[in-house]
Amino acid sequence: MTDTLQIDGLEKRFTSHGRAAFRDISFSVGQGEFIALIGPSGCGKSTLLHIMAGLSEPTAGTVSLNSEPIAGPRSEMMFVFQQYTKSIFPWKTVLDNVRLGVKYHSGASSHEMEKHCLEQLNLVGLGRYPNYYPYQLSGGMQQRVAIARALARRPKILLMDEPFSALDAMMRVELQDLLLKLWSDLGLTIVFVTHDLDEALYIAQRVILLSASPGTIAQNIAVPLPYPRRQIQTRSEPEYLRLREHLFRNMVAQVMAGRADVP
Amino acid sequence: MKAWTAFRNSRAPGVVLLALLLVTWQLSATYWFKSPTWPTVTRIFEAWFENIADGTIPGHLIATLWRQMLGYGLAVVIGIMLGLVMGYYRLLYNLFEPLVEVLRPIPGPAYLPILVLFVGIGHEMKVTLIFLASLFPILLNTYSGVRSIDRVQFDTARTLGLSTLQTFRELVIPAASPQILTGMRISLAISLILAILGEMIVSNDGLGYFVLLSQRTFKVPDMYAGIFTLALLGYVLNRLFLIIESRLIRWHTESSGRT
Repeated sequence: MTDTLQIDGLEKRFTSHGRAAFRDISFSVGQGEFIALIGPSGCGKSTLLHIMAGLSEPTAGTVSLNSEPIAGPRSEMMFVFQQYTKSIFPWKTVLDNVRLGVKYHSGASSHEMEKHCLEQLNLVGLGRYPNYYPYQLSGGMQQRVAIARALARRPKILLMDEPFSALDAMMRVELQDLLLKLWSDLGLTIVFVTHDLDEALYIAQRVILLSASPGTIAQNIAVPLPYPRRQIQTRSEPEYLRLREHLFRNMVAQVMAGRADVP
Repeated sequence: MKAWTAFRNSRAPGVVLLALLLVTWQLSATYWFKSPTWPTVTRIFEAWFENIADGTIPGHLIATLWRQMLGYGLAVVIGIMLGLVMGYYRLLYNLFEPLVEVLRPIPGPAYLPILVLFVGIGHEMKVTLIFLASLFPILLNTYSGVRSIDRVQFDTARTLGLSTLQTFRELVIPAASPQILTGMRISLAISLILAILGEMIVSNDGLGYFVLLSQRTFKVPDMYAGIFTLALLGYVLNRLFLIIESRLIRWHTESSGRT
């Protein structure tokens, strides 16, 4: 597997209090890989993802995409935010939201562009809602719009920052399976931040566990469960349960250590 | 019981009260309080129709509207443009915000003496007065609207590769529009007040001039007719504004549950 994203010695200090959110973060993401980043709150996993996306600057270290350092947002790498109510613009229809990512960048005619955007909406199961406004849709549907908008730019990589954590359990299950389908159908590379251990184990091929603040990589383990994964079967496989316990022990240990550090 | 609930929940109570007040006015002026300063409602409407028929009120109305819209229009254009860049660029905000905070508390009419010295007493003075008083609510609401745009929305624009100009068009202006419109509505009322004030102080046309002239020449029904015209003008302008506003930001009113 060829590496596509390379994270090397990354560190982020906040200027306001000089403390590091995380330090010495190095890992690589192979092409077509599905990686979950988990960690206790405050370990900087979301900040890390923002830096990978070029939305924020690290204080040390580099992120490179195909051996080219990242200096700002790149079109082959799209970000899906946790706060879909904000990242989806409420003054635009579903179709116009999806179109926003391509209208200034694609040489296609407006008719072709619309067709392309409708295809993305079909992929996420919103083909019947192009003219709806976001407030007329449920949270799960709004996050689907965000995913369709990201896909419309034909990215190779999706960076997702707790995309399903604001949704109820039913929606989350549905969107996890939708995401897995898109990942295998479109050959995407996905880095997925979550605080939910079960979610991480269920969807990812590899789980990276960050330690409590300042975050470092505590675990980087493969999840050798076969795809396609099934909500009930996968989650009751012995291997799943073993990994879950192993990661949970580690996570609790990180939380305890984090507490002990507080003066 | 059902009819009562329907009445209670409708606009009818307010209309009934208005009608009762007019009837009381009419009766009081006819029977109890006969005075040239308190003409009957019917007499006022007569005066109103006469003044409309001979073109007096329409002429003054157009004069008032013209200077109001000139001053207000300038305030809208400059207030929004300055507010947008002040809200977006931190340096411009830090540069102008203290100045705005110092100038803002000055009541609009207080500009008048200075303006008389510098601009004279003509049309330009009144337009400038209206402009200055209308500017700050629009400016303030625009930059605070822009500044309250969520970080996530700017990050979204960046990941979608929007340029600064495209970000203004697709994000900043629509996101700030509810607050911009609030400022514009506040200023619309202010602009009418200042137009009338300017006309009362020094002018030879406009509704403010007409009302004051009628009072000074003891044409009391004309005076009331002028004031009635102003009430109507203010009401119609505000209504029109609300209609336009609800069209422009339907997404906002409907998503925040306001109707």
